[in-house]
Order: sequence, then C-alpha cells, then structure tokens
Amino acid sequence: MESKLINYEKDDSHCTLFVQGDVDLSNSSQLRKTILSALKTSPLVEVDLNNVTYIDSSGIAALVEGLQYANSHNKRFVLKQLSNPVKSIIELARLDQVFTIED
Amino acid sequence: MNDHKNNKEPIIEVTDLETYYGQRKILDGMNFSVNRGEIRVVMGGSGSGKSTLLWYILGLYEPDGGQIKVLGQDINKIDFNDHLKLKQNIGVAFQSGALFSSMTVGDNVAFPLREFTDLDENTIRIITRMKLEVVNLGGFHKLMPSQLSGGMIKRAALARAIVMDPKLLIFDEPSAGLDPVVASEIDDLILSLRETTGVSVVVVTHELESAFKIADRITVLDKGKNLLTASVEEVKQSKNKRIMDLLQRRSRHDKLDPEDYLRRLTQENYTLS
Repeated sequence: MESKLINYEKDDSHCTLFVQGDVDLSNSSQLRKTILSALKTSPLVEVDLNNVTYIDSSGIAALVEGLQYANSHNKRFVLKQLSNPVKSIIELARLDQVFTIED
Repeated sequence: MNDHKNNKEPIIEVTDLETYYGQRKILDGMNFSVNRGEIRVVMGGSGSGKSTLLWYILGLYEPDGGQIKVLGQDINKIDFNDHLKLKQNIGVAFQSGALFSSMTVGDNVAFPLREFTDLDENTIRIITRMKLEVVNLGGFHKLMPSQLSGGMIKRAALARAIVMDPKLLIFDEPSAGLDPVVASEIDDLILSLRETTGVSVVVVTHELESAFKIADRITVLDKGKNLLTASVEEVKQSKNKRIMDLLQRRSRHDKLDPEDYLRRLTQENYTLS
C-alpha cells in the first residue's frame, strides 16, 4: 500500500508510517484508518511526522485514536520527528505529555 | 514559530464601506484591512461602528456601498455554498458568549463539527475535549452553561470558535465583565492561538490593557470612519484628542482651553485636526 499522504516500512517487529503534506478534514480519515490497520498487525507503530506541513484537529484526533487503540490492545504507539506545525499544535493541546515522542 | 508579523497578505479588505440604520449613516466610507496572522484590536467609543463593522465582515448584512473581501472572496458576490464554506473558516465569539443554554458545554463546542462535517462521533469527542483542554476547561464538558462562571463561559465560547480550526477569529469584547486575572488569561489564550496556528484575529474591546497586550496594530474608529490604524506605541503616543480621550490620558482636572471647549460644544461641523 502506498499513497501520497502516507508511505510505510514494515517488518515483524514494527511498522513506521511516513506522513507528508497537509493533514486535514479531506484526508484525516485515511490517516486514522492506516494507523488502526497498522496497529492490528504490528506490536509497535511509529508515525514519522517530519514532512507534515499542516495538521488540523481531525488529524490530531486520528493520532489520539491510534494511541487509545494501542493502549487498550497492549501495543506501542510512538510519534517521531514532529515538524514545527505538528509540534505547535500538540503542545497547544498539551498532548506532548500524553504521546510518546521521539526525535 | 510562525513568522506572522511580516506577512502582508490581506485576509480582510474592507473598502469604502457605507451602511445605514434607517436614515442614520453608521459606517461612513470605512476602510479596514487585516493581514494574515495579525492580531488587530478595534477600539472606539459607543456608536463608533465597531460591532457594526464585525457584522458586515461576517456577511450578516448587505452594505449600502463599498466592498468587503474576506479570505480573498467578495462576501456580497459569492453564492450561498461558497459563503457557507467561508463561514467555516471564521470562528466567532460574541460579547455574551452566546452558548446554547439547553446543551452541555461539550455539545456546544461540538456543535459546528456536527453541523458542518461528517466526522464520526469518536473523532468529534476527541476534538471537542482537546479544544476544551486548550482553553483550560478540560473535564467540564458535561456541565451546562448555567453552571459556569463568566470567565468559563467566555472560554467555552472561545473553544467553540476554534473547534473548526478557523483561519480567522473574530471576538467582540472577549474580556468584558471579567476580573483582570481571568481577562489576562483570555488574552494569553488569544496570543498562544496565534502563535501556534497562525490564525488572524480581530478583537473589538474597550479594555486598554488587553488591547496593548495582544495587538499587532490598533484601529480606532470614530463616527463610522477609521480614524487611525497604528502600532501600540504609535497609538499610545498619539496627540489626537479623540484618541487621547479614548486612552483616558486626559485627566478631568487638566486645564481646559476654554475657546476650544466651547467650539467642541457648539460648532456644527467641528472636527479634530
């Protein structure tokens, strides 16, 4: 599976999703579905947000849903390399204290 | 951090706006523009046209003359659907807070998402509660508006105004009637929203301290015209008597110029220099 919004790398131990461009109402459901689908098959899902140029609240909600699913299914969900627009929004909502965030 | 202040792209352009209330002219050739990412405070005495200007920017009424462009669109020429889309990019919080009294705080904040998007309820719940966290009302979603203090109502209204991630926020007297500490919290929220999201903000206020704290530029209206648009420092140093009045810098005990005072009281076409 490869799309303009999300690319991925996967092995037995983990799946990394590379998100790029703008995440908004028009495509956040795609991000949500991809995250949940990855969490169903991998014990560890990392979401690399380095190339995200804009993320709206529905995009952040998709990440929160991923974390919610991971926590309730004993999986790990990690955000990586937050771009500045993503970092600002996550910090505004104080979600930096909720997500596991790695450089 | 976004570079807001150097962005000269106008998000609001009001040109020669004329409006009447019956026979009475309210806005008289009003010119007003706000750049993307800017916080603009609009001030002026009662009846100067501040709230009227907001109503016309929101497209609530059709002007008698002039043009209003918001986010690049002439709001009096676009069709219904485009106007609806435009409105979704504008967050509004009016003086009273204007929450629906029969709905919980959470449902009030969620209302625009349910009205304008097809997001599922789980996503709507997360967004709504996230916005309540942003305005420091985390955990208050089940309360009714009647159970909130004045400051909390203003913050809930702010949460609803930002729930759709608007490009433009419009506030009418966001800190009116609040104690200074709560008013200052609202100011801080407006500043941090601009800082993190780059949203443009237009605030009508009478509160000088608030205006000086948050404004990139201040527009002073008088008799339906834009008397001055300037930086905070320029407004503070203005020698224009109406602006000095507005800033209440002139003590009532200052020595009057009797001739000028009499002219102000009596001369039919008296205008300030």
